[in-house]
Amino acid sequence: MEMVNRPYASAFEAYATQHPEVLCLSADLTSSCEIDGFRDRHPDQFLSLGMAEQNMLSFAGGLGLAGFRPFLHSFGVFLYRRPYDQLMASVAYPRRKVRLMGFLPGVTTPGGMTHQAIEDISVIRTIPNMTVLEAGDATEVESIVAEADTVDGPVYCRILRGAVPRLFTEPLRIGRMRVLSEGDDVLVVTAGITTEEAIRARGALARAGVSVRHLHLNTLKPFDAAQIVDHAASVRHGVVTLENHLITGGIGSMVAEALAEAGLPRRLIRLGLQDTYAHGGSRPYLMQHYGMDALSLVRAVERLTGKGTGIDEDALGAVRIDAVHSLVKAEAL
Amino acid sequence: MRNEKTTEEVARGIRARVFEHTIRNNGGYLSQACSAAEQLAFLYNEGLNLGPSTMPLVPPPFSGVPSATNHDYVTGAGYNGPFDAVHDRLFIAPAHYALVAYACLIEVGRMAPEGLEMFNRDGSSVEMIGAEHSPGMEVHNGTLGIGLSTAAGLAFGRKRLGHTGRVCVFMSDGEVQEGQTWEAVQAAAHHEIDNLWAIMDVNRQQCDGAMDDVMTVGDIATKFRDFGAVVAECDAHDLPAMRAAAATPHPGRPLIVLAHSRPTQGMESLMSRFPRLHYVRFKSEEERARMNQDIAAELGVAPVALEAH
Repeated sequence: MEMVNRPYASAFEAYATQHPEVLCLSADLTSSCEIDGFRDRHPDQFLSLGMAEQNMLSFAGGLGLAGFRPFLHSFGVFLYRRPYDQLMASVAYPRRKVRLMGFLPGVTTPGGMTHQAIEDISVIRTIPNMTVLEAGDATEVESIVAEADTVDGPVYCRILRGAVPRLFTEPLRIGRMRVLSEGDDVLVVTAGITTEEAIRARGALARAGVSVRHLHLNTLKPFDAAQIVDHAASVRHGVVTLENHLITGGIGSMVAEALAEAGLPRRLIRLGLQDTYAHGGSRPYLMQHYGMDALSLVRAVERLTGKGTGIDEDALGAVRIDAVHSLVKAEAL
Repeated sequence: MRNEKTTEEVARGIRARVFEHTIRNNGGYLSQACSAAEQLAFLYNEGLNLGPSTMPLVPPPFSGVPSATNHDYVTGAGYNGPFDAVHDRLFIAPAHYALVAYACLIEVGRMAPEGLEMFNRDGSSVEMIGAEHSPGMEVHNGTLGIGLSTAAGLAFGRKRLGHTGRVCVFMSDGEVQEGQTWEAVQAAAHHEIDNLWAIMDVNRQQCDGAMDDVMTVGDIATKFRDFGAVVAECDAHDLPAMRAAAATPHPGRPLIVLAHSRPTQGMESLMSRFPRLHYVRFKSEEERARMNQDIAAELGVAPVALEAH
């Protein structure tokens, strides 16, 4: 699998330098959000707003009022938890073209509770006028920059940083989910980093004779409920959602809402954080510990089909481990 | 726009209109008219460079919130004139002063007196807490402390676009209890946003009562200076002093004018309610009738004719 080094850094610089109305805002996490090179090479298009996110959100609303399209860079959790009121009043209500670039979604940070955005999708999707996107590979990180900037209103994006695998060749398009396999036993719905887990599980499940229909979402709001229902209707045993987020309010909830509103009776297993905080640790450890990895998905599929597959950790192949001291990894926090 | 009244006349008119409205509706933001009448009169009548209103004299009804499908959505900012490169922009940061701001719009000929009849009526855009779509408003500021940040962003953007028009924020002193106010000042100073200025109604009152009882804020002039602003101070009821304070040069920094006001200026009878002045609701018909007579006498207007009950 190809690993791409800092796809956001190069994609943002290439895009922003062609669009003078785009401004690059940072809240003291400039190198952590891979915009340090942009700051150094394009200081006139860069605004340092310091550790003051409440001001940054309202300030960005004012920039939007002046006709600019600010891209706000921080860890996702800092873009909505403390400045929630400012997000609501200064950005979302007036539909400012503010682009919230949320790095380190879910358990992709070892920073623990204060750094892990585990309810961001749940919170932000309930805000009227917001669009919510999530990148799942290097190609989506690269293409999310220009795609987010087409939104006529505010948008929140879950961004991956550092060394990111390239899973897809086609760029991210808002509202277009990816159908990665078209099996008819079980429907698996993933987004972000859980898609890579599901791809590993899928290979092993196929060898065990389980036919998986796998959807990868990159547009979480607006949510294409009709397509989800169509896919769910075409499988025999039910649906598994696997998300880097709490199971409440995120993809699992969205799928449940879609099935219920359509009156489609299908069993649903929601994998992700089960009404719990996570803690600090490596991504593979956290995904395994909280039941968000490939093996957890296999076990959920077995519950739906009622049959064991004999798949174990070895069968899933070696888990990809990022070299901690690799040069391609951004600084820790 | 050519001014038809003196700023003093506008201020008197604001107090009289808010008084009449409060007596008639048995409640209102009356003290804010006392403290801020000269400030809003100054801004609209002479302090700001505003073009003619682009909105109808009688405010249109509420026409929906901003959404992807509400194509006709407009804010109430058109009452302050057109959005162009040369004119100033004004945010009313404490949206609770809306009644006072509406009265001011009437006094300077930007809104018809009928507009105030729509105040806080269902389906009206003339809302009690000024909303984006309310006359003279451009952004939601009802959660106090967010106005200066938004204005700083707008001012930064306007400077980048080469606009000569400035951005002004009418603020209240209670907002200094919010951390965001200080974040905004430090950001405006750091980025040398000097096309931004604010006039703050320092009446030392807030919802719960006197600020010194609710949360002591100390020497806010020194605090603003330490955060990087240029500060000028004046008596909020002394227009020549206000003119001088607003003319203070502030190259490379935002200007904060602290207008020290009295929450009962022009209506001393209200002191009997001190320190419960944030929203005046009369405790009895007797108090209402007494205030009607006493304040009318102070303002030099006729008492409000109340319907028989």
